[in-house]
Amino acid sequence: MSTDPSRQGPADPARRWHDMGGDLAGPVPGEEHDFALWEKRVDALVILSGLKGVFTVDGLRRVLEDMGPEAFETMTYYERWVAALNQNHLERGTYTVAELGAKMEEVRARGATYGEAADAT
Amino acid sequence: MPHDHHHHDHLSPSGHPYRPDQDTGLSYWQVMEIAIRELMIEKGVVTAAEVAAQVEAMDARSPAQGAAVVARAWTDPDFRARLLEDGSAACAEMGFDVKPMRLIAVENDAATHNVVVCTLCSCYPRNLLGLPPDWYKSRAYRSRTVREPRTVLAEFGLNLPDDVTVRVHDSTADMRYIVVPSRPAGTEGLDEAALAALVTRDSMIGVGVAREP
Repeated sequence: MSTDPSRQGPADPARRWHDMGGDLAGPVPGEEHDFALWEKRVDALVILSGLKGVFTVDGLRRVLEDMGPEAFETMTYYERWVAALNQNHLERGTYTVAELGAKMEEVRARGATYGEAADAT
Repeated sequence: MPHDHHHHDHLSPSGHPYRPDQDTGLSYWQVMEIAIRELMIEKGVVTAAEVAAQVEAMDARSPAQGAAVVARAWTDPDFRARLLEDGSAACAEMGFDVKPMRLIAVENDAATHNVVVCTLCSCYPRNLLGLPPDWYKSRAYRSRTVREPRTVLAEFGLNLPDDVTVRVHDSTADMRYIVVPSRPAGTEGLDEAALAALVTRDSMIGVGVAREP
């Protein structure tokens, strides 16, 4: 959450939580990590969804921004992206909630690691 | 503080610490990624080959491409002029396609230092530099860079004299910036490839400067 006193109190309708330029905040974190395969795949699926005309970067950002500041603090970057990817595909009717649920069950049943679960063969 | 190279144990081949999710149990969001990907393939939205090719293209992009652009600008005044005039077109000349984004190159000199941020999200010249580092996407960097840039730069080890103007550039979804750092002194005899090796990722974001030879 913002630590800037100017951001406390009633929400400013002209400025949503993601519009954080100028807020106070702590030191810039020094950690970096290499992207995991699943994260690169999320990125690839978002880019490809755009190239295929399923949704645009604005569709991605609309869902990310609607998640609110809590998601920004509790989920990683690509966790938020995969949730936004999913929401856009559900809205566009690429698949139904039921189909997603069944597929996720199927994936989970394959194994306990990403490598096992990602391998459908 | 963030640097282009870390020296820790348990590093990946590119020198970054592994994140726990690469070697521990399957997470809910990983399951969702696999499920969405397979559904997109089953429904004919994409093919597995397209996904693999996209990941491969992502892996092929690195700050080396941006560094090559900067080194060309340092050695070729005509190219430099074209780069500052139209960054997208100049990069395309070198085979680096930055479409559909508009790329704006901003140049440091003795009187001016440029630094790039995206306050609204995490827009970054990824086609030239690869995917953005974690800190670039952090609340602290996004919030404070436009408020107290000199303090933020000092946290990166870059202490600028007061008489150097700091210009902060806020990226958008349609427009990206790259900083052309100042060419270090004592590099007159170096060729383009040797110069490119001095150009760090951080110097092209503006939180650092080019290495000394």
